[in-house]
Amino acid sequence: MTLNRRTFMGAGVAAAAALSAPAVLADGHGKPRVVVIGGGAGGATVARYIAKDSKGAIDVTLIEPSRSYFTCFFSNLYIAGFTELEDIAHTYGTLAAKYGINVVHDWAVDVDRAGKSVTLAGGAQLGYDKLILSPGIDFVEDAVPGWSVAAQNAMPHAYKAGSQSELLKAQVMAMPEGGTFALVAPPNPYRCPPGPYERVSMVAHVLKQINPTAKILVIDPKDKFSKQGLFEDGWQSHYTGMIERIGPDFGGTNVSVNPEEMTVDIDGMVEKVDVCNVIPAQKAGRIAGIAGVTDGNWVPVNAADLSSKVDPDVHVLGDAAAQGDMPKSGFAANSQAKVCAMAVRGALTGSRVFPAKFTNTCWSLIDTDDGVKVGATYEATSEKIAKVDGFISQTGEDAATRKATYEESIGWYAGITADMFG
Amino acid sequence: MILRRSLGLVLAVIFAAGTARSESIGDAEAGAEVFEQCSGCHQIGQGARDAIGPHLNGIFGRGAGAHEGYAYSASMRRAGVDGLVWDLTRLDAYIANPRALVSKTRMSFGGVKDPQERADLLAHLRRFSDNPSNIPEAAPTARGTDHSVAPEILALQGDPEYGEYLGSECVSCHQADGSASGIPSITQWPEDDFVVAMHAYKAKLRTHPLMQMMAGRLSNEEIAALAAYFGALE
Repeated sequence: MTLNRRTFMGAGVAAAAALSAPAVLADGHGKPRVVVIGGGAGGATVARYIAKDSKGAIDVTLIEPSRSYFTCFFSNLYIAGFTELEDIAHTYGTLAAKYGINVVHDWAVDVDRAGKSVTLAGGAQLGYDKLILSPGIDFVEDAVPGWSVAAQNAMPHAYKAGSQSELLKAQVMAMPEGGTFALVAPPNPYRCPPGPYERVSMVAHVLKQINPTAKILVIDPKDKFSKQGLFEDGWQSHYTGMIERIGPDFGGTNVSVNPEEMTVDIDGMVEKVDVCNVIPAQKAGRIAGIAGVTDGNWVPVNAADLSSKVDPDVHVLGDAAAQGDMPKSGFAANSQAKVCAMAVRGALTGSRVFPAKFTNTCWSLIDTDDGVKVGATYEATSEKIAKVDGFISQTGEDAATRKATYEESIGWYAGITADMFG
Repeated sequence: MILRRSLGLVLAVIFAAGTARSESIGDAEAGAEVFEQCSGCHQIGQGARDAIGPHLNGIFGRGAGAHEGYAYSASMRRAGVDGLVWDLTRLDAYIANPRALVSKTRMSFGGVKDPQERADLLAHLRRFSDNPSNIPEAAPTARGTDHSVAPEILALQGDPEYGEYLGSECVSCHQADGSASGIPSITQWPEDDFVVAMHAYKAKLRTHPLMQMMAGRLSNEEIAALAAYFGALE
């Protein structure tokens, strides 16, 4: 086609029509509306990217009960004193002020997918064109017999950061000389696969200094765990003789606790402990079940845009999603959020849609300046988010490499929190 | 600590004189070797041009962020407006710990901790400020080229909008505002330098395993798109 003024104008009109067409998706109420539930690594990122890149063309509401959000990543470092609690606390002021996001500090208590609206605990109803759930995790009831959320003060999980992290740290600091710290590890899949083992490392780091005859008991229903060789190597060299892990062969799958007596029953053998960190089996945050998009404990999603398998206008990010090969991590949620933001903008405003690419990297600290990492890249297939390539730190790396890896993790923390909260 | 004290003494003498020659600062030949860790980003000597970092000819006496044509961080520009001028003391402090002097500098460098190494390095730099009309030929190491990339790949025009999307993966670690702590800044690099670096990771000539993995799955067009986007990111 020869481009002359007339055809150019015609093309322009057609393009304008195409651009305005998606406004129909807004159902005659003006700007398209996106409601995001959950303000963590998935939710804060997706809200920020949609607001930033749509430049005001989409109304974005972010619902998050906490005014101050504590990242789970680096909360183990807080327990060991490598960071302060206020250094892992973040607020939503920049998302509201700089990006124009309507930040609502309330609980979402109901989702009407047929009527496309969300009800808040305060009674308000919010209509949406696209709903994005990034609710994180809740605990499976009775996963560890004897433990419930009502017992979380006696036996903290510290797997949602904040007051629980403070409590666990205080309990570790107050342990009697030569006492026992027990950690009940969760079955797969769960948030932050190396998290319980970094937790063990950081508690060992504290005890080695203030209570060197103390013992750490890890009760684990899994045969193997993330970065196992790296952790076990580090435990051997830094915390010789302090840490004992009881795997499934020795009753790690048959555990109950008694928070009043402070005892752990491992396959019939009752142990008296001083601190008991129970990390129960997990499931998608409660609102996912209320919205009716879960299948079992998690929410099946399509890889290309993180949309629910049962509702194309509900997208689910991060820990709550059953997406394929990515681990449940803050990095993964942040990565998924950017793909989802691009797809949602494309659907609502006709902006360009690019192929989905995902990444994850998880850094863990074993002891002072002894950092390790594991990472992978992923792509969207018709079935799932599928792993493309990966790497892991090696055992026997020199001290300079491990120190650089730790310093890299500090850089990453600054990067991802700026990417989440602006 | 003797070294530190002797450098302090040297600095004091130089300050008094104001016009120190390089030989009174340190061993410029040894400093040329120390400079190898700078040469990936900074050029110096005859024909030196701005690259990832600004060229360093005439750095002594230059105001911070004052060299025209180079895109400095906001933090460095502000330091210049506040009156920071690169004399021996300030350069010594900056090289010892860049972020202690200019908090959000884009210079991704931890610093040279050894005072003698710094003194030698500064002697080397001083030679290229002595007399701008008579700057000697640069050493072969002065220009960092760790990988050669075919001209047709360098000539690719990147799509910045695609680069912005692809780059959203990068800014999970590399801060979008260009500040660097533990992880290098990647904003406002000359596009060619960016493309060369990414292809060096892709070819596994640069060693960082995470970056090898990230670069490994990027096409030539995608690398060009990232270079275009981050090159222009304010």
